[in-house]
Amino acid sequence: MSGVTAPAGVPRATALTNEEIERYSRHLILPEVGVEGQLKLKNARVLLVGTGGLGAPMALYLSAAGVGTLGLVDFDVVDRSNLQRQVIHGTGDVGRKKVESAAAAIAEINPNVRVVKHELALSSENALDIFKDYDIVADGTDNFPTRYLVNDACVLLGKPNVYGSIFRFEGQASVFAVEDAPCYRCLYPEPPPPGLVPSCAEGGVLGILPGIIGLIQATEVVKLILGQGEPLKGRLLLYDALAMRFRELKLRKDPECPICGPHRTITKLIDYHQFCGVPQAPSAPAAADGEIDPAAVKARSDSGEDFQLIDVREPHEYQICRIPQARLIPLGELPQRLHEIDRSRPIVVHCKAGGRSAKAADLLRRNGFTGVLNMTGGILAWSDKVDPSVPKY
Amino acid sequence: MAKVLIPTPLRQYAGGQKEVEVSGATVGEVLTALTTEFADLRNHLYTSDGKLRTFVNVYLNDDDVRYLDRDRTAVAAGDTLSIVPSIAGGSR
Repeated sequence: MSGVTAPAGVPRATALTNEEIERYSRHLILPEVGVEGQLKLKNARVLLVGTGGLGAPMALYLSAAGVGTLGLVDFDVVDRSNLQRQVIHGTGDVGRKKVESAAAAIAEINPNVRVVKHELALSSENALDIFKDYDIVADGTDNFPTRYLVNDACVLLGKPNVYGSIFRFEGQASVFAVEDAPCYRCLYPEPPPPGLVPSCAEGGVLGILPGIIGLIQATEVVKLILGQGEPLKGRLLLYDALAMRFRELKLRKDPECPICGPHRTITKLIDYHQFCGVPQAPSAPAAADGEIDPAAVKARSDSGEDFQLIDVREPHEYQICRIPQARLIPLGELPQRLHEIDRSRPIVVHCKAGGRSAKAADLLRRNGFTGVLNMTGGILAWSDKVDPSVPKY
Repeated sequence: MAKVLIPTPLRQYAGGQKEVEVSGATVGEVLTALTTEFADLRNHLYTSDGKLRTFVNVYLNDDDVRYLDRDRTAVAAGDTLSIVPSIAGGSR
C-alpha cells in the first residue's frame, strides 16, 4: 500500500538495520518485496481483531514477516480449550490475558515489531477510534455482532477488511471494503437469527482449520501492504478441509448495500447486538424461574428426592463426560422421544453450558410437562461446583 | 438434474448429505424440490413468508443468483447450485 503512514510517534522508517537485512534476507531477494517492500511492511500498521484461532497464525506470521506495528484486540484470557488451535498461546499461558500472551510470543519471534495491546471488547463506542490508527484490519472474531461492527467501521473509515471465518471443517475468506470491492454486508445483508447457526464453541472446529484460513488472511494482508498480486477482493474463497477442496465464488457490490451502496442509510456505527438480535447478558444473572443450580441438583440427589435427570447433549459429548444418573436424549431427538419421559416425575435437564437445555426445558413445557427445571451452567458448572473430576471440554 | 452442495451447518437437515441431485429447470424449482425432499431445510432457507433468508446465499456455479434472475434463473443439466450461509467462527 502506498498510503501507509508511520504510527503516531514513530518516525517513518527509511532504512533497514543490518539485523533486519539478515532477518528478512529471503524477502529481500524476492524482486516483489526487496528493500522497498520490506520497508512498506516495516511501516505498516495492521490491526488483528481477536487473537484466537484466526488471529494466532496471523500474528505469528505477520510478526515474522516484519509488519512494523501489530494491534491486538482481545479481552479474553487463555483457556486450556484454546490450545488445540490458538497456537500463539502455550500451556503455560493458560489463565493469562490473550493480548499479553500473544505480545510475548511476538516479542520472541521478532522484537522489531511494535505491539499495541487493546485489551477490551470492540464496541460501537471505541471501534472508530481504534481503527483510525491502522492501515488494514483483519477480522478474526467469533460472532456476528462484531463482524458487522468491523465491516461497518472499515467501510466508514475506508480501511480494507481482511475477512476469514470458520466452522467445523469449512472456512471462508475474502478482502472486503478495499477500493471498489464489495463489503461484508454486500455478501450477507443481515445476520442469521441467534441460535440458528451454531458457534465453534457449540459446533466444534478442526484445530488446523483456522491455521489455513488465518494464513490466507495473513497472505492477503501482506499483498495489500506490498501492493503485489491480485487481492482476494470481489471473490469469496471457500475451503473444505475434509474434501481438501478450494472453491471461489464471485462477489458483487450490492447496489442496495446500506453502508457501501450509493444510497447508504448507515452513516455511523449502530447497536450491533440489537441488529443481530443478541440480547445483552444481564449484569447479574439471577437464578430465574425454572432454573436450578448444579449444587441444588446434587443436594436433591443426595437426599434421595425423586427426579429424572436428562442430558440433551450429543452422544459424542456424552462419551467425553457424563453425570452418573443422567439419561441421554439429544435435543434434536427430544420431540420424537417425549413418550420416553415420565410425566408424573419432576424433570431436570442439562447440557454443556445451559443453552440447549433451556431450549429443551421450553420444549417440554410447551408439550405439557410440568416441574421442568434447567440446570444452570450445564455440566461445566457441575464440574466447577459439584464434581471437579468431571472433565471440562 | 442439478447438483446442490449442502454446507456443513445445514447437512443435519439434509440427511447428513454433502451433495444432493435434484431436478428442476430454474433455481426456484430446484430449491423447491430440495426442500420438498428435506422439509427441515425449508425453515433454514426460507422465512415464514417464503423469502430466501438474507444470511443464505445461493450460487449457480460461481455466480450469486441475486445478480442473475434470482428464483427464475435457468438451471441446465450438470450445473452446480451452492448454498452458502454466513458463518462467524474464528476466535473462541
